[in-house]
Amino acid sequence: MPLLLLGGAVVLGGCQAPTFGAFRGATTQGHDEFNLWVGMFIAGLVVAAIVWGLIFWTVIRHRRRGSSAIPHQFHENVPLEIIYTALPVVIVAGIFYFTVVTENKIDAVSSNPAEIVNVQAHRWGWNFTYDSGKNLSQGVQIATTAEPTLLAQPATSKTYPQLVLPVGETVRIVLTSVDVVHGFYIPEFNFSRYAQPGVVNKFDFTPTTTGVFSGQCTQYCGLYHAEMLFSVRVVSKSAFSHWLSAQQASQAQSGSGATS
Amino acid sequence: MTLLAERPGVLDEPHEPEPEHGPTGILKWITSTDHKVIGKSYLITSLVFFCLAGVMAILMRTQLASPDSTVVSQHTYNELFTMHGSLMLYLFAGPFAFGGLANYIVPLQVGAPDMAFPRLNALSYWLYLGGGITMVAGFLTVGGAADFGWVAYAPLSDAVNSPGAGPDMWIVALILTGFSAIFTGVNICVTVFYLRAPGMTMFRVPIFTWNMVVTGILILIAFPVLTAALIMLWADRHLGTHIYSVAGGGVPVLWQNLFWFFGHPEVYILALPYFGMVTEVLPVFSRKPVFGYRGMVFATISIGALSTSVWAHHMFTTGVVLLPFFSLMSYLIAVPTGIKFFNWIGTMWRGSLKFDTPMLFAVGFLIVFLFGGVTGVFLASPPIDFATHDTYFVVAHFHEVLFGSAVFGGFAGLYYWYPKMFGRMLRESLGKASFWFMFVGFWVTFMPQYLLGLRGMPRRIAEYSASTGWTSLNRISTVGAYLLFTAVAIMVVNFYVSWRRPVQAPGNPWDGHTLEWATSSPPPHHNFFRLPPIRSERPLWDFNHPEHTTRKHAEALAGTSRGATPEPAPVPEEAGTT
Repeated sequence: MPLLLLGGAVVLGGCQAPTFGAFRGATTQGHDEFNLWVGMFIAGLVVAAIVWGLIFWTVIRHRRRGSSAIPHQFHENVPLEIIYTALPVVIVAGIFYFTVVTENKIDAVSSNPAEIVNVQAHRWGWNFTYDSGKNLSQGVQIATTAEPTLLAQPATSKTYPQLVLPVGETVRIVLTSVDVVHGFYIPEFNFSRYAQPGVVNKFDFTPTTTGVFSGQCTQYCGLYHAEMLFSVRVVSKSAFSHWLSAQQASQAQSGSGATS
Repeated sequence: MTLLAERPGVLDEPHEPEPEHGPTGILKWITSTDHKVIGKSYLITSLVFFCLAGVMAILMRTQLASPDSTVVSQHTYNELFTMHGSLMLYLFAGPFAFGGLANYIVPLQVGAPDMAFPRLNALSYWLYLGGGITMVAGFLTVGGAADFGWVAYAPLSDAVNSPGAGPDMWIVALILTGFSAIFTGVNICVTVFYLRAPGMTMFRVPIFTWNMVVTGILILIAFPVLTAALIMLWADRHLGTHIYSVAGGGVPVLWQNLFWFFGHPEVYILALPYFGMVTEVLPVFSRKPVFGYRGMVFATISIGALSTSVWAHHMFTTGVVLLPFFSLMSYLIAVPTGIKFFNWIGTMWRGSLKFDTPMLFAVGFLIVFLFGGVTGVFLASPPIDFATHDTYFVVAHFHEVLFGSAVFGGFAGLYYWYPKMFGRMLRESLGKASFWFMFVGFWVTFMPQYLLGLRGMPRRIAEYSASTGWTSLNRISTVGAYLLFTAVAIMVVNFYVSWRRPVQAPGNPWDGHTLEWATSSPPPHHNFFRLPPIRSERPLWDFNHPEHTTRKHAEALAGTSRGATPEPAPVPEEAGTT
């Protein structure tokens, strides 16, 4: 049963098998995570299959059939017990090694990012401020008094703020929160990080594919947590600089572009 | 099933019907300090909270069955998941194990007449009941019940972001139930350390009781920290302190550290008792001793020890914890857990397996918990946690682990000990039906949630847009939740049937191994009239099957009581100490 469902999960999730249900990662960092995921999933599957195999074997083979004879009363096997204590230690050492290697790659922060984006989370919205855009800022604040009328809007709709990133460039995100703890999560980047009051979190994204991706707050932050959406648009480097200057121009016109 | 009732020399008969001491009826229930009465009260109360929290889960799953759903409002949904988590974790999974089953069974397993501190035990129960009612009564306040999640992260839980009486009642309720847990932890440890019957050395104590000792120690490590954290939270809300607020120079992330320093041992406080129950059920229904008894004990102790140094794996995405340390510690827990798994399989191996309801639930536990355990290893890897933190992947993982242990393991224990506690049998047919609904419902509910998490669905969202593509998986999950609801409903019917049409339970209906089966069902006021000699970790088996004791045990028996069929030893006047 579980194996069957697991198989179903793999098939359902794996449009281009084998992703084992996960996103391949639209950044280099996200792709590193994906590779670790595939490795660990296979390792986990092998271990689980062996243990399940043993359980099902004994459950089927050693059922009480008619006779109420009492089986042989063995109660230990020290060499065997030592083996199945030592083997998991070896497996753990292996996965720990790959974890640390991947983790260091994902958490590495470039000393020379192409762009720095300050992301500020608040109840219930996001502000994206671009350093090179002379504090160009965009974001929305959802009404806090009435039930928001944003139901059924996908994250990519114009109602929600959009983070624009250049493809192939390393961008640093500087993440903070003005009120409670929020979770800055972009599923297709395979990445999330808390936005917390009193903590400044810095990390890099190097997008590898253009496109529009949805993002959402994952750390529960109060009444309209479910509405705290945003999207990420990854564009070519030239399109990015065009967008940046166009935004600067329009903000210069309207005085201040910050809507929060 | 009653095959043993006629066995000559059975220990629970004959004896005089004991004289009634003290009050009867409701007054007896209120004033009782008998661990059996308190244990049953705990058991029933915690099952009521379980059903209540289950109904909340059904409401939530109904809300999520379609996109942009308005079955309940966002505010109500937030209250529901907060209270579902709080009730399940604080008022069901823990108290059901250490207040209900352990309270009843531990003194019996070590051959004691009661808990070490009977009045403290009664206080525990009343604190627990008072706390539980206080928490649920939050729904009756103007602003509704607490709605900041069962983890109550600061500063969301401060007076500005969560005003009102509901959150205050939640905090007070947790302080009350926290003290109740601490007192029970003390009581269990002292009972096992000081009230064991003669011959019951620590390495003859049944695994369930061993696990309860480690659980008790973990309670003493974890709950005082939670209580302190809650008192500081209360002070922030009402006394103007700024312990968790940036504005006043406080540190919000301190709450997360304190909470999870409680929260992760708590996970094992909720798991170890159920591991213990499964370890009681498997050998009895396999007719074999526990495989690797000492390995099992050391595995339990190492799980307990490691559980105090893994708390920050709940905080990998905060950016303020040392990732490799907490990752390694979390991975290492897989080692003793693996030992347990192999020992459980070794216990069944080449045994004579009989699939009565307790055994079905125990094997069900093995199968589902393994999956939750493997996904737990994934989550112990910080990069994978970055991708799945606070998504339905995590929701699926901890439900598989907690549902796997508290419900599959817990129901194995409940079906196993119910005859002992209530003196009547449950119906096998209903029990088996309940199991299959639960087993199928479990996979249908939680497997889609793993995929939802991998497809980016965050937890604790009251609604989602149809464009996310999450609808069909959510719908499957909701169908599964209804199956689980049916399984529990069948179990309630089973209780009702056994109440209205009782089938008398013999003292030892399962051919048990341990001392709780060496007395009548339910046991008399002071538990035992006679005890079998205790020369191994399964004294009753040795007594009932002297020709099938293991060689080492047989020698131990021969050395002390000279003979294949030892006479039951009379219980000393006072409870024996070692």
